[in-house]
Amino acid sequence: MKRTALVVLLVLVLGVASVSAQSYVVGLSVSTLNNPFFVDLKEGAEEAAAQLGLTLIATDAQNDANRQLSSVEDLISRGVNILVINPVDSSAIVPAIRAANKGGVPVITVDRGADGGTVVSHVASDNVAGGKMAGEFIVELLGGRGKVVELEGIPGTSAARDRGTGFNAAIASYGDIKVVAKQEAGFDRARGMSVMENILQAQPEINAVFAHNDEMALGALTAIRASGRDIIVVGFDATDDAVKAVEEGRMAATVAQKPREMGKIAVEAALKYLKGEEVPEYVPVDLALVKK
Amino acid sequence: MKKRFLLELLRKYGMLIILLCIIIVISILSDRFLTLSNFLVITRQVTINGIVAAGMTVVILSGGIDLSVGAVIALSGALSAGLLASTNNWLLGILMGLFMGALFGAFNGVLVAHPKLPPFIVTLATMALARGLTLVYTGGRPILVNNEIYESIGGGYIRGVPVPVVIMAVIYVLMYIVLKNHRFGRLVYAIGGNEEACRLSGINVERVKIGIYTLSGLMAGLTGVVLTSRLISAQPTAGSGYELDAIAAVILGGTSLSGGQGHIGGTIIGAFIIGVLSNGLNLLNVSPFYQDVAKGLVILMAVLLDRLLYATGSVQKGVVS
Repeated sequence: MKRTALVVLLVLVLGVASVSAQSYVVGLSVSTLNNPFFVDLKEGAEEAAAQLGLTLIATDAQNDANRQLSSVEDLISRGVNILVINPVDSSAIVPAIRAANKGGVPVITVDRGADGGTVVSHVASDNVAGGKMAGEFIVELLGGRGKVVELEGIPGTSAARDRGTGFNAAIASYGDIKVVAKQEAGFDRARGMSVMENILQAQPEINAVFAHNDEMALGALTAIRASGRDIIVVGFDATDDAVKAVEEGRMAATVAQKPREMGKIAVEAALKYLKGEEVPEYVPVDLALVKK
Repeated sequence: MKKRFLLELLRKYGMLIILLCIIIVISILSDRFLTLSNFLVITRQVTINGIVAAGMTVVILSGGIDLSVGAVIALSGALSAGLLASTNNWLLGILMGLFMGALFGAFNGVLVAHPKLPPFIVTLATMALARGLTLVYTGGRPILVNNEIYESIGGGYIRGVPVPVVIMAVIYVLMYIVLKNHRFGRLVYAIGGNEEACRLSGINVERVKIGIYTLSGLMAGLTGVVLTSRLISAQPTAGSGYELDAIAAVILGGTSLSGGQGHIGGTIIGAFIIGVLSNGLNLLNVSPFYQDVAKGLVILMAVLLDRLLYATGSVQKGVVS
């Protein structure tokens, strides 16, 4: 009797499952659904799958690389036609990608890339374009002349490299915009503050600051307010704190990624590949400038 | 007479029957589930939880608990990968992982045995300690592994059987023998059953306890090595929450949280229930949000069922069989 009850319950719970036989099946492995960014990514993928008539199987790795490897193995067992993976960690995802390669399942990575294995395409924010956007906005605010500071992220990370490249490309053509200081502050708020304090001591004239992420931007903002000087601050990522600071007019702008768009574009690329169409190795996703 | 026999059978193999029921239900719902390749996938996935849970079984049998295992997995994995990276000697890497796990376990054991601190509090503290030390050592970044032999511990095969599965099988056989026939095993049950009586009869309870926690730490260290090898990198946040999966496997396996009763064979079934469920829910395309709900409900039902079976019988709890 009790066993029957258990089986009935299990069937009920599993009844949530919907398996349609005809269409392509896309397996999606998201790094965590405990972060609104990745929930948006998953929802974007689901919307695109529904529109394109694909079956999407989503799994949540809960930020655990081992759990992610297991769920990718499960998806391969399930016989999905293609995998869309948002890795927890670029190095730890390699065994999962190798397993997919071995099983003949193509892989598309989203947001974070993979350090090894064969990947069809990588879909991620166009950080170069985002840096450029921030640079052009600063040029516009300053009317084409002024002194700027660049707070860099952890050296060697693609985010720091690309955002910096875009920013410097944007201001390069303006001879009257000068970068008076360029310092690393490790994507960290406290370090952003102390580095900015030092720069404020050294530089009598600063008109704008571009930080490679919002944490450093907010740290710099605290230092600037304490000094009583009037300096434009532009950040990157559009975190809740930063968006609030922009709304209140304390920060000039922040660059927002579009996770929903990312999920959507990844699923679209998956379908393209399954249909035998050409998919570029890297698919950039647009960013948006959040300003008041 | 017949009814009692059936009850006895249910009591003994209840969890195995539940596992089989889950397998049957998932097989009906998905044609991809019951294949040899999927069985190998599940078994390899189970090894991580299975090995930790083997150590946890001994701790729980003795009436204790070890919450630090998840963090010890991360720490021993990181030190193992670190030494491997600097020496490129796979044996040193493995030994480092095992040593670190055992050392941390012994530390737990000493604290539990001598100042007689409650194991829940001790291992809660050492959990934080091990987590912190891992972050300090790794600087929050993964340590990469680049050594073929080391990589084969988690990813290789021996005659078609995944290496970690072989490791887990060996451990369960050894554990079974030790718990059943060895003096140490009988002392574990005895301490879990009645610690005071053991002490009064002249047993060195403290020494046995240090042994028990060292064993649990050693298993966590081994898991750290297998995990690091499987992911070809040591992740600073590896093993988060694994202590709870291990405890769940032990309890599902019919071992009593108050100690003295249960056996190692049940634990592997418990670990398989959790593993099969995770795999099956993914195969069946159950939304990730519902997966944890389903897992929680099944664990709850299984434990309730077990309790009901015991309550209706006449067998006294606490008797070592």
